[in-house]
Amino acid sequence: MDINTMRSIVTVVAFVAFIGIVLWAYSDRSKAAFEQAALLPFDEDDDVIGHGERK
Amino acid sequence: MDNAKTYNYTVVRQFALMTVVWGIVGMLVGVLIAAQLRWPELNFDIPWLTYGRLRPLHTNAVIFAFGGSSLFATSYYVVQRTCHARLFAGGLAAFTFWGWQAIIVLAAVTLPLGITSGKEYAELEWPIDILITLVWVSYAIVFFGTIAKRKTPHIYVANWFFGAFILTVAILHLVNSAAVPVSFWKSYSAYAGVQDAMVQWWYGHNAVGFFLTAGFLGMMYYFIPKQAGRPVYSYRLSVVHFWALIFTYMWAGPHHLHYTALPDWAQSLGMVFSLILLAPSWGGMINGMMTLSGAWHKLRSDPILKFLIVSLSFYGMSTFEGPMMSIKTVNALSHYTDWTIGHVHSGALGWVGLVAMGSIYYLIPRLWGRATMYSVPLINMHFWMATIGIVLYIAAMWIAGVMQGLLWRAVSDDGTLTYTFVEVVKYTYPFYTIRLLGGLLYLAGMFVMAYNVWKTVAGQQAVNAPIPAVAAAHA
Repeated sequence: MDINTMRSIVTVVAFVAFIGIVLWAYSDRSKAAFEQAALLPFDEDDDVIGHGERK
Repeated sequence: MDNAKTYNYTVVRQFALMTVVWGIVGMLVGVLIAAQLRWPELNFDIPWLTYGRLRPLHTNAVIFAFGGSSLFATSYYVVQRTCHARLFAGGLAAFTFWGWQAIIVLAAVTLPLGITSGKEYAELEWPIDILITLVWVSYAIVFFGTIAKRKTPHIYVANWFFGAFILTVAILHLVNSAAVPVSFWKSYSAYAGVQDAMVQWWYGHNAVGFFLTAGFLGMMYYFIPKQAGRPVYSYRLSVVHFWALIFTYMWAGPHHLHYTALPDWAQSLGMVFSLILLAPSWGGMINGMMTLSGAWHKLRSDPILKFLIVSLSFYGMSTFEGPMMSIKTVNALSHYTDWTIGHVHSGALGWVGLVAMGSIYYLIPRLWGRATMYSVPLINMHFWMATIGIVLYIAAMWIAGVMQGLLWRAVSDDGTLTYTFVEVVKYTYPFYTIRLLGGLLYLAGMFVMAYNVWKTVAGQQAVNAPIPAVAAAHA
């Protein structure tokens, strides 16, 4: 196959993949999982409090 | 405490402190060459101190030494905290620290000596390039190894950005630095002519897109939610933001080569993709800013949050300005003028600098077991010095750049150029002075930061936080 045809196909596939990602990200099915994921940085006791000041 | 039960903060501490040190060094060189543009005799007729040799030293020091150290520090911290796992391969992580410092020292020696491959932002010669490759591969092993052993079900979005930054920079470096050595300190690019130029700016623009954008967006997605005490505005938007940025940035490089030997279609393609980039950039900015919705009052009292949010404003400004400047007719005016320098510094001082400083202010107390920095008012003072410095800097360069662009293309009735080059240089002098003032203020702010960090850290014991025993129960 002509290399330029290959390049065109890759470009179109990339574009379709991106549209797929957008639909997936905003689908109802993944809503709950993403809301959980957003809380990941808060999953643990925070940081400094508890270690206290040391001299 | 047992090593296996704590996070590896040693390497984070090392990189966090060196961020401050290299920030001062890199900005000091920047201030010196800014002064040289106004008073050329400031090179004292010493070859090592000439503008042409110090300018790459400045860019390497601020991008790779200051920016790079902050990226290592924050990515190592964030990946551990969000994966609930100690850093993979601690010895290799230590190697990335010492290796990266060695590269910086080698750069600081070779560039003033005039040893350079001549490729912008990739000036270091081939032996140093090989060392960079070794360090970077180790970085990737440590980072992705930590992700592989994570105890959390999901890979947090900040890690996606850090991961893309690490992976892409590896590819960019390998392709663009391909060269034929002719001696130990001299090599020639593996590419020739316009291909070499295109490879160089494919590298150059993606260094901006992945080193100076994706990596720092990783910081943004962790430290803004943490400092604001609320989760990111929209996690779904962050997923789309990530992939849109990844799919688009790679194509934007040709806008650095408008009106050159590069084929017209490639120039236009670069311009179109640069314009498209506005959408993901602003999507990300809005996502970061809206994280504060309902908590805007925190901006009044929390100077760290000021750093982080104002950095996003500069991100928004420069990612609007960039696409505009990539339009060929605008570029005809702006290219080869100080407008470009203003644009770069609105991104570098405003976005990259402020978000890095805010993140380091967040980290330092936590790494040494303190509740806050030694002085919060000093953080606030640093914030205002930096912000006023940036505004002086970029306003001066905008005016200077537009003036230069207009005067250099002015044509008299008989078809000759109205102004000589050197006349316009003379008109630029007042703006070079204002720019120098802005840069000095920004550098002075860095000294305030260094003092504050010193007072926070001195005499304190380093603290390694424990890893939560049980993985989060939300799987």
